[in-house]
Amino acid sequence: MKEIVVISGKGGTGKTSLTAALSWLAGADIVVADCDVDAADMHLLLQPDFARAEDFHGGQVALIDQDVCTACGACAEVCRFDAITPGNDFYAVDPISCEGCGYCPRVCPTEAIVMEDRLSGQWFVSRIRTGATMVHARLGIGAENSGKLVAKVKNEAKRIAAEQGKEFILVDGSPGVGCPVVSSLSGADFVVLVTEPTVSGLHDLQRVHELVARFRIRCGCIINKADLNLEVTAAIGEFLTANNIVALTELPYDEAFTRAMVAGRTIVEENDGPLALQLKDCWEKIKQTA
Amino acid sequence: MKIAIASGKGGTGKTTVAVNLASYLAETRPVVLVDLDVEEPNSGLFLGAEATDGRDTFKMIPAWESTTCSHCGQCQEVCNFHAIIALPDQVMIFPELCHSCYACSELCPTSSLPMQPVKMGRMSWLSAGNLSFVESRLDIGQEQAVPLIKQTLAFVDERHAAVPIRIYDCPPGTSCPVIEATREADFVVLVTEPTPFGLNDLKLAVETMRHLDKKFGVVVNRQGLGDDRVEAYCAAEGIPLLARIPNDRRIAESYARGQRIYEHFPVVRRQLAAIMDAIKEAAS
Ligand code: SF4
Ligand code: SF4
Ligand code: SF4
Ligand code: SF4
Repeated sequence: MKEIVVISGKGGTGKTSLTAALSWLAGADIVVADCDVDAADMHLLLQPDFARAEDFHGGQVALIDQDVCTACGACAEVCRFDAITPGNDFYAVDPISCEGCGYCPRVCPTEAIVMEDRLSGQWFVSRIRTGATMVHARLGIGAENSGKLVAKVKNEAKRIAAEQGKEFILVDGSPGVGCPVVSSLSGADFVVLVTEPTVSGLHDLQRVHELVARFRIRCGCIINKADLNLEVTAAIGEFLTANNIVALTELPYDEAFTRAMVAGRTIVEENDGPLALQLKDCWEKIKQTA
Repeated sequence: MKIAIASGKGGTGKTTVAVNLASYLAETRPVVLVDLDVEEPNSGLFLGAEATDGRDTFKMIPAWESTTCSHCGQCQEVCNFHAIIALPDQVMIFPELCHSCYACSELCPTSSLPMQPVKMGRMSWLSAGNLSFVESRLDIGQEQAVPLIKQTLAFVDERHAAVPIRIYDCPPGTSCPVIEATREADFVVLVTEPTPFGLNDLKLAVETMRHLDKKFGVVVNRQGLGDDRVEAYCAAEGIPLLARIPNDRRIAESYARGQRIYEHFPVVRRQLAAIMDAIKEAAS
C-alpha cells in the first residue's frame, strides 16, 4: 500500500480540485483521505454519503466548579495562556484561550478544577461516487490539535485500505508548514506538490519543499495555471530540476475548473479534452513513481 | 483601529486585500501592516522592499539537568502534550511538541527542568513613508504558530502604539492561529471567492467570527468567476458585503508579478475605498 499526499503550502493553487480529479481517475483502486480538515472542501466534488460519523476529542479544557472555588487566585497565577479570569467569588476559565495544559488543577488547593475532554470535531467514513471509500473530517471552531485530527483521518484511511486490499491512499493534505501538514506528511510514500507561477506560489513551494525534504520523501510537482506567468513557471522548473523533483505536468489557467466546481463535479467528468488527458497521464506518472 | 483580513481557506485573495488596503490607506495616513500568516508570510513580497531589520523569536522549553534529577518521573506524568518522557536513567524532551506551559518545570521537585529559550522563528520589519510593515516567519520544523503570533502582536503594540490603523494579514482557516490573530481586531474582513469552495469556507469563517462575537463583513474576490450563492448567503444572513473585486485575468497576472493591483486597476482602488467606508460605518 502506498500513500500519496498532495500539498501546496499556500492555498488557492487548485490542490483540492486536482486531488478530487485524481481520485476520480483512480476510481475504486484507492482510499481517499481529506486531511485539509481546517477547510475541508473535497466533499463538495466527491459527494460522500457521510455514512459513519464519529466525534473527535482532541485535547482538554479546564473547568472550574464555582461552588468549590475560594477565589484564591493560584490557578490564574500559573496559567501561561491568560485563560483564567478573576472574579469576586470565583475564578472562571475562558475555554477559547485555555490550551488544556492541565497545570491549574495541580495547584488548586480546593480541587475545584477538572480537565474535560474537548469535543473538537467530527470525522466521517463515506462512500463516494466512484464507489471508493473516503475518510474526511470537520474541525470544530477554534479547535487545537488539527494535527491530531489529521492523524486520525490518515490512520483510519490506512486501516481501511489494508482491510480492502487497496493499492493507494490518496491524501488531500493540509496547507502551511505547521503541525497539521507535518501530520499529513508522516508516513507518506510520495508527495505531490501543487503550485502556481506567482511570486508567492514559488516562495511557498520552496518553504514546503524544505519541510518535505526533511522527511526524505520523494516528490513531484504540478504547476497549475502555468501560463499565468511564464517567467515564474520557468523559475519553478529550474527549482524542480535543481532539487530532483519530478515535473509531473503543467496545466493551463482554465476557468473550466471553477465551472466543474459549481456543478459539484471533478474537472475530468466535465471535460474530456486535453486537460483531462493531461491529468490522466499525470495520475499514471504518479502511480509509477510512487 | 485594528482590521483583520481573514478567510476560511488560503488563496482567496486575503493577502492581496491586506497589502492593497494597507498601501492604499498609507497614501493619506500612517498604517501598520502586520503579516500574521506566520507559516506562509507573503505580504512582504508585494511591498517591493525587503524587511531587513529583524530579530529572532524564541519560545521557552524545559532543559533537563541530569545532575540534580531524582528520576521521580513526575514530569512525564504532568505534561499533557507528551512533550517529555522520563526514562529510568534519562529525561527526553521533544521541543516541537512543547506548549511552554511551565508545568513540568515549576512542579519538578528538584528544579531540574529550567525553562530556556529556543528559536522558533524570525520577526522582521521595515518602514517606508506612512507604511510600516512587520512580519513573522515560523522556522521550518516548528509546529506552533500561536506563540509567534502572540509575540508579534505584542511587538506591534509596543513599537507602533501611536499608529491609528493596523491591518493584520491573518492565517487561513478557523483553528487556533486565526483565533489568536483576530482576537483583538475591531473589525474582521472575510475574503472569499464566489465558488462552492469559497462559500463552504466562508460559512465556517462566519461561524467562527460569530462565536468570537466579532464585527465582520465580506469581500468577494474574483466576482463573476463562479455563481452567486455567496452573495445570496450574505444577503440571507444579513452579512454586509463590503466590496467586490472583479474576476479579470489581467488582475491575476498583475498579482502573479507581485504588483499591488490597485495601482494598476482603478476599479480595485474604488473597491478599497468602499471597504474602508463600510468598515467605518459598521464599527461606529
Ligand atoms: S489548563 Fe492550562 S491553559 Fe487551561 S486554564 Fe488551566 S493552566 Fe490555563
Ligand atoms: S486555584 Fe482553585 S480555588 Fe483558587 S481561584 Fe483557582 S479554582 Fe479557585
Ligand atoms: S520531575 Fe524533575 S526530578 Fe522528576 S524525573 Fe522529571 S526532571 Fe527528574
Ligand atoms: S512546559 Fe508544559 S508542554 Fe512543555 S514539556 Fe513542560 S509540561 Fe510539557
